This record gives sequence, structure tokens and C-alpha cells, in this order.
Amino acid sequence: MKIMFKYLALSFLISGFVACSSTSTQDSNSTDGMNSSSSSASTSGVGAGSTSVSDGNMDPEAGLESTFYFEFDESTLTASTRAALDAYAAVLRSSPRNIRLEGHADERGTREYNIALGERRAKSVADYLIASGVSASRIETISYGEERPAVSASTPSAWAQNRRVELK
Amino acid sequence: MFQRVAVGIVFLFVSLVSHAQLTIEITQGIDRPTQIAVVPFRWDDGGSAPENFASVISEDLRRSGLFNAMSASNMLSFPYPGSTISFRDWRITDTEYLLTGTARTTADGIEAVIELHNVISQNLVMRKTVYGGHNNGRDVAHRIADLVYETVTGIPGIFGTKIIYVTDGTMMDGSKRYRLMLADQDGAREQIITESSQPLMSPTWSPDGTHVAYVSFETGRPAIFTQELGTGQREQLTNFRGINGAPSWSPDGTKMAMSLSKDGNPEIYVMDIASKTFERITNHFAIDTEPNWTPDGENLVFTSDRGGRPQIYQINLDSKRLRRITFEGDYNARPRLSIDGRYLVMVHRRDGQYHIAVQDLELDRLIIVTETSLDESPTIAPNSAMVMYATKWQGRGILSAVSLDAGIKYRLPAQAGDVREPAWSPK
Repeated sequence: MKIMFKYLALSFLISGFVACSSTSTQDSNSTDGMNSSSSSASTSGVGAGSTSVSDGNMDPEAGLESTFYFEFDESTLTASTRAALDAYAAVLRSSPRNIRLEGHADERGTREYNIALGERRAKSVADYLIASGVSASRIETISYGEERPAVSASTPSAWAQNRRVELK
Repeated sequence: MFQRVAVGIVFLFVSLVSHAQLTIEITQGIDRPTQIAVVPFRWDDGGSAPENFASVISEDLRRSGLFNAMSASNMLSFPYPGSTISFRDWRITDTEYLLTGTARTTADGIEAVIELHNVISQNLVMRKTVYGGHNNGRDVAHRIADLVYETVTGIPGIFGTKIIYVTDGTMMDGSKRYRLMLADQDGAREQIITESSQPLMSPTWSPDGTHVAYVSFETGRPAIFTQELGTGQREQLTNFRGINGAPSWSPDGTKMAMSLSKDGNPEIYVMDIASKTFERITNHFAIDTEPNWTPDGENLVFTSDRGGRPQIYQINLDSKRLRRITFEGDYNARPRLSIDGRYLVMVHRRDGQYHIAVQDLELDRLIIVTETSLDESPTIAPNSAMVMYATKWQGRGILSAVSLDAGIKYRLPAQAGDVREPAWSPK
């Protein structure tokens, strides 16, 4: 019975996909001009894995930590985050660029409250960078709350990885 | 009243031929549900009926948790309105109510005549004619179920109501797809309202049920949109720096309350939709969000952590007089009021678990109505009898519902992806 149910669920899953793709244009008022902008996927694009041979044009941010983690329901920066941001601020002072700070929360608690919490986190990173000499006009903050988890699971370790600010 | 619960009644409303994404499972009903027999309707037009009326009505009533509907295969006869009823035959099967019906098509659509009999007292308690459009057999059936439910229980039925909700799935190519969906309250006839590769959240209805509002990240930032359900026409209401969130329509439909952080941190604003003017309602460095209107349109309830932890406050829009209304527990958020203003539902944390709680504002009493741990986004049915909410089940986001007294429970598990943020239609 249980196995059959699983099988049933699986076949639904498959038929669900088929249904999705085949009916998506029928009843929908598909959002025209949808801007699937910059932020697709979570490729941070800031250095991680840039193993190319140095020819003098190496990304100055290569090797720097670009995701900063937070305690539950907290927006205060940990000592290690402050140290990582000091290093980032030094690079951004010498080679300025526009950055986007994306704040996130874990899934616990309400969604709009988590949007506010994610914004608080992004702003505390922004405030620290500004205090470290990065121009405020080059920083944009946005919060995704719990809408774009880095890890989709309801476990303490997933929650810890989702309470974050990503510098992009 | 509902002390002993019949937990074993797991009823799968799985129609293998339909493509409805959500399926209903009753997980808890009352101990002694009313026994009803819905006799298969006589279809007076020849050919096959456009809808299995008796089946839809039976499922509706069964799912309410208050009724047990007899299977047609156990019926000794199939009487119709006007025909003689052998009450004794029905009484020996413990039937308390008997519903008979005939249906036919007219120039204007479908017309159904129904009769509800009380088997114990052997009298006709209701005779009505119900009309619906040509393709709306299912609506006619839901309307009949509403009439039966209200006649027997005294509470208006909600079988003809709708829900909107957000789904989140991964496409074949690995990309994310967020959808705002519309469906009957039982999950049938699901339709896509809007879809995006970026998050959609906080859907809500206009008070007349013709429009929805929601937050979309499609521009790369959160913005509040409204959309007319009939035409699909959209309007972007806000485009401020920072948070544009938590839209809530005023009871008269002319204003939208929301949370905006354009001035530095989240504050509650009220926007006049026609003139596009804004009034700032709160002014505090704390988080102020998730506004919801009192039925008289004169106050907002909202979440604020101005006291250190999230609690629910009420503010008068005229005087700006503020009072805190939740005091139990250290996390109360996302308030929604029942249409009569008596009940406040919210997300309530106890021992680190997030439950749905109902506060009776008249008796000033709070009860926790769910046992799962990641419950959120409660929305009250227009009859103020049921709350639907989002929770996690077998690792996925699903919708569940519970009666305000916690006596009746059902789940609407999705077949794929995560389902969340239900909003029950206002009528």
C-alpha cells in the first residue's frame, strides 16, 4: 500500500510536470516584459573558483568571502564577518564598483517579517562597509527574506546556511 | 464539543482523471457526523450529465468534517423531487438527511431542483431551484452543498469559495518557477494567475473578489502589483527603494495598506489606490509589517517588534492611537481578522515551534489550533469557521485547514513542488 502510494505520488510528480509545461500558456496572463534580471541562480561570480593563471588582470576580489552568516533572528555582525568585510572594504576602496547586498532569512517565522529581517541584515553589512570607507552611493540592498533559500531543508544546518547576506 | 476525534478518517479525494494539483485528505472530523444520503440526480435532458452532482455534493459535505455521506451503491432506491419517499428504508441505514435532485439545461444554463428531507421527522426541510451557467455544473453542485450545509448547521457554507496561493517548483532545465495560482477551495480547477522566475509572495484578495494583489520580484526588486482576475490586467502600484510588501485591501476597496522601508526601515503606509497618495501610519525604528484591516476600516492590526519581540498591535488610522493586542508567548505575527472582527488568527511560537493560534477578541482567549511546527500564513474562510494555512509535510510545503475550534482538520497536499501562502476568497 505504502509502496503503491509512493509510486502514485511519483507518477503524479511526472504528470504534474507534463501538465505544467503543457498548460502554462492557457489560463495564464503571463507577465509581459518579465525581467529575469541579474539575480538568476546563486552564482556569486566573485572569485570563487577563478583559478585562471594570473596575468596581472586577476580579479582583485578573488578569494574573498562574499557570503556572511548570522545567528537566529539576529542582524548583528559576527567577529569573523567583520574581519571578512574589512578585507572586502579595502579592495572596494581601491577598485570601486557597484555592489548589491542580498539579505536572506531562514524559513522559520512569517514571510514578510523575514523580508524585514533580511533587510536588516543587508543593512548592517552596508553600514559596516560605509563606515569602512565604501561609498554609500555604490551600495544597493535588497531582501529576499526566506524566498530564495541556499539550502532547501528544514534542519538547523540548512537554516544556518540560509541566514545570510550575499555580496554581489 | 469535539472532544473525541475520529483520526482514522483519511479520505483521499484523488480523481485520477482530473488534473487538479491539490488533493484533499480529511485528517480529523467530529465524533458523530450527521448522516446524509445524496441520491444521484436525475438528469432530465438525456445523454450524460455535465457533472456528477451527487458526488461533488457528497465530497463537499464529507470534507467539512460534519457530515458522513452514504455511498450510492448502498442506497435501496433513488427517489427524485416530488416522488414518494420510503422513509423507513432510509431510517434503517441510520440516514438523518436525504437530498434528492433533478437537473436539466435551459436556454440560460443549468437548472437544478433539490429537496432536502429530514428522515427522522419525515418532513421536507428545504426545496430550492439552483441555477448556473452552461459550463458551471460544478458551481451548481457547490451551491447546493452550501445550501444543505447552512440548512443543517446554521453556518453559511464555503464550498463555492476560491483560494489563491503561491507554488514554487523547479523546471526540467533546473530553473525556478514561482506561480500564483487560483483554485476552488477544494483544490479543483486550478489555474495559473501569474508566473515568474523570481519570487512571488503575499497574495491577497480585493474585498469584492474581482482582483488580487501580490508582491513580485520580477523587476529585480520587490514591488506590489494588482491584477484583475477576469482580464488578467495588471498594475504596478509601488516601486520604492527597499521593501514593498504585505499588501492588504481596505474593506471598501479604495485603499491598500502595505509595508514600505523607503524611509529607512519598514513602516506601515496606507495608499489611496485611485489618487496614488500615501499616508504614513507608523513611525518607529522597529519592524512594522503585515497590516490587516479591521472590518470597519478604521483600524489596522499589524506585526511589530517594537517591544523587542514580534507582537501584534492595533492602530487607529484617525487618532493613531496604538495598543498591543497579543501578550501570550514571545512571537505573534501576521494577523488576520475574521470578517465579523471577532477572531484574530496569527502565527504563534511556543517552545520554538510555529503554530497557528486563534485569539477570541471578545473572550480574550487564545487557543493553538495546529500541532505541526512550521505553520504560517493563516487565512480565514468567509464563514469565519475554518482557517487555511501553510505548513510542511513530508519535507514539502502544503496547505492545510482547521476549524477555528480545532475540531476539524484537512490537508491539501500538492503532487509536486512547494505550495504556500493561501488566501481565501472574501465570498
